[in-house]
Amino acid sequence: MTELEVLQYVWYILLGFLLAGYACLDGFDLGVGIIHPFQRGDDERRTAMNAIGPLWDGNEVWLVTFGGALFATFPIAYSTAFQGFYIPFLILLTCLIFRSVSLEFRSKRPSLVWRYTWDMIFFLSSLGATFLYGVAVGNMVHGLRLDAEGHITDRLWNLLHPYCLVVGGLAVATFAMHGSIFLYMRTDASQRERTYGHIWSCIGFFLIFFYMATVFTLYFIPSSTRNFVHFPWAWIIVIGTIFAIANIPRSIFHHRPFQAFLSSCATICGLVALFGIALFPNLVTSSISPEYSLTIHNASSAVKTLRVCLIIAIIGMPFVITYTACIYWVFRGKVQMGHFSY
Amino acid sequence: MDVVWLARVQFALAVMFHYIFPPLTIGVGLLMVIMEGTYMRTRNPIYEAMAKFWTKVFAVNFAMGVSTGIVMTFQFGMNWGAFSNYVGNIFGAALAAEGIFAFFLESGFLAVLLFGWDRVSPPVHFFATIMTTCGAIFSAVWIIIANSWMQTPAGYQVVEFQGVPRAELTFFWDMIFNPSTVPRLIHTLIGCFIVGAFFVMSISAYYIVRNRFVDFAKRSFTIALLAALVYSFVMMSSGDLMARTVAFYQPEKLATFEGHFKTGEGPTPFLLFGVPDEKEQTVKYALYVPKLLTFLVYRNFTTPVKGRDYVKDPADRPPLWIPFLCYHIMIYSAGLFAGLTLLGAIFLWRGTLFEKKWLMWIFVFAIIFPYMANHSGWICAEVGRQPWVVYHQMKTSHGVSAAVSGGEVLAGIIMFAVIYGLLFFVWIYVLSSKILHGPELPETPPETTTVKGLLGAAAERMRPELSEMADQEDESKESPS
Repeated sequence: MTELEVLQYVWYILLGFLLAGYACLDGFDLGVGIIHPFQRGDDERRTAMNAIGPLWDGNEVWLVTFGGALFATFPIAYSTAFQGFYIPFLILLTCLIFRSVSLEFRSKRPSLVWRYTWDMIFFLSSLGATFLYGVAVGNMVHGLRLDAEGHITDRLWNLLHPYCLVVGGLAVATFAMHGSIFLYMRTDASQRERTYGHIWSCIGFFLIFFYMATVFTLYFIPSSTRNFVHFPWAWIIVIGTIFAIANIPRSIFHHRPFQAFLSSCATICGLVALFGIALFPNLVTSSISPEYSLTIHNASSAVKTLRVCLIIAIIGMPFVITYTACIYWVFRGKVQMGHFSY
Repeated sequence: MDVVWLARVQFALAVMFHYIFPPLTIGVGLLMVIMEGTYMRTRNPIYEAMAKFWTKVFAVNFAMGVSTGIVMTFQFGMNWGAFSNYVGNIFGAALAAEGIFAFFLESGFLAVLLFGWDRVSPPVHFFATIMTTCGAIFSAVWIIIANSWMQTPAGYQVVEFQGVPRAELTFFWDMIFNPSTVPRLIHTLIGCFIVGAFFVMSISAYYIVRNRFVDFAKRSFTIALLAALVYSFVMMSSGDLMARTVAFYQPEKLATFEGHFKTGEGPTPFLLFGVPDEKEQTVKYALYVPKLLTFLVYRNFTTPVKGRDYVKDPADRPPLWIPFLCYHIMIYSAGLFAGLTLLGAIFLWRGTLFEKKWLMWIFVFAIIFPYMANHSGWICAEVGRQPWVVYHQMKTSHGVSAAVSGGEVLAGIIMFAVIYGLLFFVWIYVLSSKILHGPELPETPPETTTVKGLLGAAAERMRPELSEMADQEDESKESPS
């Protein structure tokens, strides 16, 4: 293997790491948004928002960094995918803008109409963003009409294939489950009790969608399992993910929310890893002809850029992980409403 | 509809709206470091109140900056696919570094800055304030590197990859320190600092004329005024450095700014006022200072400055009017706020500044000038580089996404226009309610101050009024208006 190939593999894994980091972290705050309408009364809703208050912004940075890293290391895949998902990404951006603004502005005015409006916007934008991520992942696995010119020719309605809708549903259910477990750790009294009930409903939805998505993937996209022949170790990830999923209801039943949260993080990481294995070595799969697919080899930057970016990541990521951990430590425990809360 | 034109409109809309917020974040952030630092030194609770109030205002701007900033990361891939392929090796690396080195730092410590007052010790909080500001500045560093590379590319070679030419990195440090990075970074950062200072002055001046939180407002105003005075004068030499960099590396761009058509022979005069005429290749109603432009660029009185005719093909020259106008708006605004801060500083020294209500009213609205200067500065930089997106390497018209239709881009423009219009009003609404609510002042006004240096001198000068003000403050507490 040449240095270039090694770097391409390394960056494929690192991008997976960034994506998994994003899904685990922003996943819970999107999830809190999805279950937001089920919080009762102004105080509870405010508490829910303040549970993610100091954290969501840093979580979203993982997406920006993922985008930047994809741009730097696989620019052709970045530009092809972003052009191809033009309208969905416009909607995604709308959701992300409104979400951050609703968090920031909701509690700034006492008016109930003002707050109710922002609550709805917060819910819809969290739901919309999560669903679109799922649809995008579904399309990546399913393959896109990528032609010889390197252009994705799918129209909007092609992207809403039933398979992709199921994956979108899976994303919503996963994040809702993840977010409700997070909220369970951060709240107390009646809100905590009710959140306990929400977790069970979310687990139910998650299992239904997980089952459907698995069956649909195996049925519609046989190519998604081809890598398991080459990489038998990938079965460990499958088994690990199933154990992680099984451990969520178990630890919730024993009232160990932190363990459940770690399990749902592991579940998300497992799903991202399986997505990566199903896709590998493609970045954008062409449903027209495999020759047109963008792979980590024909869509990457040159060796020098990959090397420089790796050095940047090696210098920067330990810092990122350290202060992310510090900040989660500072803001551990139950939500305390103070003078500076949202 | 022409996709290139639409994509340019969309980008201009998104980036100009976004750029309302980062300068505030950077500029106000730096002042917050000064305020909290003063609190750490003096333990005077009024500086704590100050740091807390400006932090709250900062937070509102920061949220807007983040959400409009994500749009920018998406824009390159969505609208400028060919450009992204061409520059991904270089531009992408800078963006990735921005994410890893700047955004994480900024957003992580922002959490402590905003929500950590009761959770961490004051020194740790102060550290978080410094780190958040550093994050904001680092983010400027990386994005300026990326932009400067588009203006004066260096440290790369063009290689054919799968039949399409693209720029590949050869020397990392040459790319980072390409000829215009440092001048542009200094110029941009000082521009941001000035916006921050004028923003603080604007709100403080409003409190002063409205006779609310007067002690608080005077102290905030003084800090911001002194900072703005220093920045405004540093800005002059930074502007000079920037213009000379442009003159050396992008001669037709400076010629466009100055409305200078023909290179000619002998020294070039400096245009004070005039109406350039593209057809006639002359400037009508022109008022010149002889030899000055040559002196400003070359520091002598003989060398002719290159004109727009430096570029032989008229189609490859930048458009004339927008850069010309914006450049002069920038220069005149800079002169205006330098004059204003100097005037303010003189009155501060005499101890009569806060009695001059008319000047306070000017300062309430003066925030518009640094904004005009910042935005028109960027328009100059970007439109002045046209028709190139990467100077002398790739034309803007070749950088656009091939798979995107005009209708899609138009939909994007409409969507952003509607959302940003809405956001702007919400932002103004929330900001003004914060301002009307005002700071949470400590219970008893402090008896003495132990500030040293310039700030101390300024505080000394207002001491006689302090007790008077404290009385007014008490009165206003008794009868809330």
